[in-house]
Amino acid sequence: MIEYLPGLFRGVIVTIKLGFSFFIFGFVVGNIIAIGQVYGNKFISLFCAGFAWVFRSLPALVILYLWYFGFNLSPFLAAVLALGLRTAAYQSQFFRGAIQSIARGQMTAARSLGMSKLRAVVKIIMPQMLRLSLPYISNEYAITIKDTSLAFAIGVVEILKEGRLIITVLHNPMDIFMIIAVIYLIITRGGTYLLSLLEKHYRIPGFEISN
Amino acid sequence: MEERKEILRVEDLHKSYGTNKVLQGISLNIKQGQTKVIIGPSGTGKSTLLTCVNYLNPPDKGRIWLEGEEIIYSEREINKIRQKKGFVFQQFNLFNHLTALGNVMVGLTEVLKKKKKEAREKAMYELERVGMADCAEQYPAELSGGQQQRVGIARALAMDPLLIMFDEPTSALDPELMGEVLDNMTKLALEGMTLLVVTHEMGFARAVADDIIFMENGRIVEEGPPEKLIMNPEKKRTIEFLQKITQLYGED
Ligand SMILES: Nc1ncnc2c1ncn2[C@@H]1O[C@H](COP(=O)(O)OP(=O)(O)OP(=O)(O)O)[C@@H](O)[C@H]1O
Ligand SMILES: [Mg+2]
Repeated sequence: MIEYLPGLFRGVIVTIKLGFSFFIFGFVVGNIIAIGQVYGNKFISLFCAGFAWVFRSLPALVILYLWYFGFNLSPFLAAVLALGLRTAAYQSQFFRGAIQSIARGQMTAARSLGMSKLRAVVKIIMPQMLRLSLPYISNEYAITIKDTSLAFAIGVVEILKEGRLIITVLHNPMDIFMIIAVIYLIITRGGTYLLSLLEKHYRIPGFEISN
Repeated sequence: MEERKEILRVEDLHKSYGTNKVLQGISLNIKQGQTKVIIGPSGTGKSTLLTCVNYLNPPDKGRIWLEGEEIIYSEREINKIRQKKGFVFQQFNLFNHLTALGNVMVGLTEVLKKKKKEAREKAMYELERVGMADCAEQYPAELSGGQQQRVGIARALAMDPLLIMFDEPTSALDPELMGEVLDNMTKLALEGMTLLVVTHEMGFARAVADDIIFMENGRIVEEGPPEKLIMNPEKKRTIEFLQKITQLYGED
């Protein structure tokens, strides 16, 4: 068994790399989509809304296949793009909700100081938006990090694939899947824990979502 | 006597929302150091007038001059114009994610491109001016309404504006908190700041205003110094309105 651990470890690394890459990519794109949808002109706003709608409507596996077979990309890159755009679509809607819950007066006050629209968005709206949406983003992370296992379907050799390879030799599926399950738990919990630290760090007295 | 410099001049300003003609030809001017108070019934276009003057809400028609120079609207130009006009809001509109100090500093660092250190000193100076230096590190949600509004005033002051416009700065405040805000405004007026104030605080208007403008249905009905407009108004509508607000707000 011991001699197979490096393989499993490689799988863990690939899973973590894939998970972080697509999630951060999705986070950045999600920001852009949300801001485009709220503050863009008609065309940009419609495009962003359309993007969010399409990528939330398709199954993750379909998006994966489309990127992989449609664009002739490496499995890893196809997985980052596919899963990233999917979570971007979801994240954008959390961000948009947060922006819309920020009072309009914030923008008005920023503009009345002489800030350009872009500067006001970056300096006044986004810091508030990010704080308000962090709890949802953390939740989104917990949900989508599991989607990394789908990348297996287009040939990314992540933890699940490595596990399967071991099983074909050792015929001990329960042991291996148990180990894999624990590793997923650690990756999920670790990420949400880091995000909760961020949330705490950026907490503002009196400024939170009132349920 | 030397003629005082004209700070703001507005001519024939019009603004409609759909078929709702909110401003129907407003003209006014303010000279340096003057305080003008605008009064008038709800929905009359007072807030619209202030936001139009700042192009936060572009007017449909009309001309505006700042220090004798006509404002030609363009995105780039307007950001420069707005820096020179302070705005204090009914709902304070302090930036939620910034401390009191941060609120006053942000215009200095982000708009006027001042160095952090210089901006901090200037911001502290303005907070002191409104008696809020002790609360510099507090966030808006930790401050009372009156304190928030004083920070709002400091934020406007920090930009060294040519004039400051106030839109009902005390009407969201509990009565016992109005005094601290009105006192600060009075102080500014006495120090020679140019103020354009929408308010129904007639005590303030009587004591501080050089001129009171009575506005109704998007038009200026009557304008004059307090002793004339309050004690001796010409128009019937002015008399009726003044009676109504004395009933609503009391004598002072
Ligand atoms: N963004 C907007 N879109 C459509 N109508 C508007 C808008 N802003 C104001 N109005 C309308 O314009 C009119 C004047 O509004 P405004 O807020 O300027 O009045 P006001 O004199 O400030 O009243 P108040 O004393 O209640 O503050 C109102 O009929 C209002 O409904
Ligand atoms: Mg108003």
